[in-house]
Amino acid sequence: MSTLVEEAIRANLAPEGKLTAKDFQSDQDVRWCPGCGDYSILAQTQRIMPDLGIPRHTMVFVSGIGCSSRFPYYMNMYGIHGIHGRATAIASGLKMARPDLSVWVVTGDGDGLSIGGNHLIHLLRRNLDIKVLLFNNQIYGLTKGQYSPTSETGKITKSTPYGSIDYPFNPASLALGSSATFVARTMDRDPKHMQTVLKRAAGHQGTSFVEIYQNCNVFNDGAFFPFTEKDSKEDNVVFLEHGKPLIFGKEKDKGIRLNGFTPEVVSLKDGKYSADDLLVHNEHDTTLSFILADMTYKPNLPRPIGIFLALTRPCYEREMQHQIQAAKEKRGDGDMKKLLNSGETWVIN
Amino acid sequence: MSAKTTQKLDEVTIRFAGDSGDGMQLTGTQFTNTTALLGNDLSTLPDYPAEIRAPQGTLFGVSGFQIHFGSREIHTPGDQCDVLVAMNAAALKVNLGSLVDGGAIIANTEGFNDKNLKLAGYTANPLKDRSLGKYQVYEVDISKLTALALQDMNLSSKIVDRSKNFFALGMMYWMYDRPVDSTLEWIQKKFANKPEIMEANTRVLKAGWNYGETTEIFTVRYLVGPAKLAPGKYRNITGNEATAWGLMAAARKANLDLFLGSYPITPASDILHELSIYKHFGVKTFQAEDEIAGVTSALGASFGGALGVTTTSGPGIALKTEALGLATMVELPLVVCNIQRGGPSTGLPTKTEQADLLQALYGRNGEAPIPVLAASTPADCFETVFEACRIAIKFMTPVIFLSDGYLGNGSEPWLIPDYDKMPDISPTFRTNPEGFLPYLRDEVTLSRPWAIPGTAGLEHRIGGLEKQHLTGNVSYDPQNHEMMIKLRADKVERIANDIPLAQVDGDAEGALIVAGWGSTYGAIRSAVSRIRDTGKKVSHVHLRYLNPLPKNLGEILYKFKNVLVPEINMGQLSKLLRAKYLVPTISLNKVQGLPFKAMEIENKIEEILKGSS
Repeated sequence: MSTLVEEAIRANLAPEGKLTAKDFQSDQDVRWCPGCGDYSILAQTQRIMPDLGIPRHTMVFVSGIGCSSRFPYYMNMYGIHGIHGRATAIASGLKMARPDLSVWVVTGDGDGLSIGGNHLIHLLRRNLDIKVLLFNNQIYGLTKGQYSPTSETGKITKSTPYGSIDYPFNPASLALGSSATFVARTMDRDPKHMQTVLKRAAGHQGTSFVEIYQNCNVFNDGAFFPFTEKDSKEDNVVFLEHGKPLIFGKEKDKGIRLNGFTPEVVSLKDGKYSADDLLVHNEHDTTLSFILADMTYKPNLPRPIGIFLALTRPCYEREMQHQIQAAKEKRGDGDMKKLLNSGETWVIN
Repeated sequence: MSAKTTQKLDEVTIRFAGDSGDGMQLTGTQFTNTTALLGNDLSTLPDYPAEIRAPQGTLFGVSGFQIHFGSREIHTPGDQCDVLVAMNAAALKVNLGSLVDGGAIIANTEGFNDKNLKLAGYTANPLKDRSLGKYQVYEVDISKLTALALQDMNLSSKIVDRSKNFFALGMMYWMYDRPVDSTLEWIQKKFANKPEIMEANTRVLKAGWNYGETTEIFTVRYLVGPAKLAPGKYRNITGNEATAWGLMAAARKANLDLFLGSYPITPASDILHELSIYKHFGVKTFQAEDEIAGVTSALGASFGGALGVTTTSGPGIALKTEALGLATMVELPLVVCNIQRGGPSTGLPTKTEQADLLQALYGRNGEAPIPVLAASTPADCFETVFEACRIAIKFMTPVIFLSDGYLGNGSEPWLIPDYDKMPDISPTFRTNPEGFLPYLRDEVTLSRPWAIPGTAGLEHRIGGLEKQHLTGNVSYDPQNHEMMIKLRADKVERIANDIPLAQVDGDAEGALIVAGWGSTYGAIRSAVSRIRDTGKKVSHVHLRYLNPLPKNLGEILYKFKNVLVPEINMGQLSKLLRAKYLVPTISLNKVQGLPFKAMEIENKIEEILKGSS
């Protein structure tokens, strides 16, 4: 960090005191459609902020284009509303230049997986310490209702009047395939779960990838209702908890067992299987994370929600810093004047 | 020893040509460095194919390196070469057209065997059929002599073959009275871990020199004395090196960290390579996943208070265009280096062109003015890119720096600048929360405050949506939009108050002024000076600042009857000057992937002067 930057960030330091969610709300009117799932995500994010222990002025939210990408305007902290798909790349440059900052990216299924897919996968493999919140509503909202890379095959939209013939991305599998170190899924209509996951994501050292199911009540209403609504949720969702067997159902009477490498649902009621036979979640097991994420679009399996993987791997920006440090120790702090006069030179009198 | 005579020359142009695997670029670079150390002025033109190892012996696989050096001022790599070193038949065929009548050909006879002749499309051996009658042909079996020099070393034929360029280099060192020492030192360093290759190259280089000294083929040795350059300490530098160092010097003088976000592309990659070396200077280089990530990461770094830079060539600029609009909107410093190459599309990756000027000036959606600067010589890249950084920081704006393949790969002696005397270009980060508004502008420059994350009390949001004046909040207000467009344009226009006026080389009025920009400098300068040698008057103005243009440019142009604009494009500056100043410019255009020959400009000047007298 240059001395000018150091001076600037020391300039107004004063104890902040205990903040509340309200301190993280900017003075801008929130302009999402009434009933949009984004409101809940904004509220949960603002709610967990005071507990993170990160000074507000050191946090930056970066976004691209789409409904989700208006997010930074509503957070009372530094922010950049960038261009379509590039939030992850902007955030990467910012984090490399300023490893001291807490950098968050807000993106959507279109912004992050379609136009910005390339930057996302490269961020994940590099593992910069950046928190990525991907709002997945399986539709293009801001452009008024075209199918997205996560829309189900056959989806009828304005741009697919005969039904979409695209096969959808499974964001969790994509992230795992990109060697992400933290991959999670949560839902707009489960505030408690979302808060837990967001806090874990914030605490992870490395890129945190959080897919958030988000209801677009205008263009794709109810896309996730089987997983988010009271009457259907428990039979359709299995919550992943580290060290615990995969049990689900209203009566907690069903579980997931591995048959070879294939997960299958078994009943815990008929005495044939008990909790001991079930798959036990381990957040640190890469292979298992692939199997769990792959359950996502399987019709006979519940939808996995929670933290698929949480691993430790060196962060890119720190490695960069280490190389610079090591070079300085070995060669001494660079001297421009010396460099200009180095090598083969000659004098003309 | 046979009797050898010596002859003094003011200037010489040599072209080394061979297969792209023959090491011609290396040979040329070594000859250049040795020549620079002897105090000659010089200019070089590497000319190589896009394919890394094109099929051996073919015409399209020929790689060349031309050096023009002398005891007088040298501004171009030479219109024609006096000596052509041809390692094979294809090299001869491709380059014969650039050899001056009566010039010398040094031909590696092994490269003219039946297979090579066939590949080059010769039905008869040109060395034998008298078709080269107007040249002095020296036949040397370089391949065989190289093998003989190494016969007791038990090396693979591949290694032996790879050494033969040092034989050619050794001969040329002898012929032009240059010592082999600096190349020997280089060989020792370069091959420190490969003692066999070190020994082989050393032997072959010396063998080449001794061959010149002892055989009777060469009877004349040429002496080219040092040039009368301005006193001071010199080094040889390529445009891409100068660009990298200029960026580093600017970051240092701005007290900022340098961040480079870049994606490899010919002919700009060498800047990324060069900057990647200087970790101990704190330089952060990021090889991004694509061109867009290159520029957007740099912009993110600038938001964080670094000097964000991205380097690329034309196709890369096309991809970065949207991000340049964002940088214009968020008003952050950003330096974008375009090392131009032949276009459109993939075009001619390894050849030079100046055809991205209008793209730099106008190639964005919406009204998005960006300052544009262009370097005129390899060494000038240092000062010009430094100036681009200064403007970016002071005016909180993206700036485009234009260089091209000819400047980037070309080299010349450089009077090393006095680093202590270079200006401080530090920004003042905003820290005072009192009265802070993200788009409250400086009264003189109209630039907005640079408030970096981490500064308590200045939390704010910026973005690509239209900004409300002062607050920077999102605004769709029609009046505000027009005002902001005008403010952004006015800010860029005001840079004209901050840059030097254009200087005319020659009389302030007359029949003809040549107006140029970028890498045509050397050719124009040489052409103008040759015309003046004949007693005629002609002036020259060369533009470093393309946007905004110097305030006095109109007045300068109005005082001449004719304005000639030579460009390596179809007339882009010409169009600009016509639009802005309503002057009937005369275009001289060339788009062959090659720089102008001074002769071409000279002929055009003569033609105009004849017509208007």
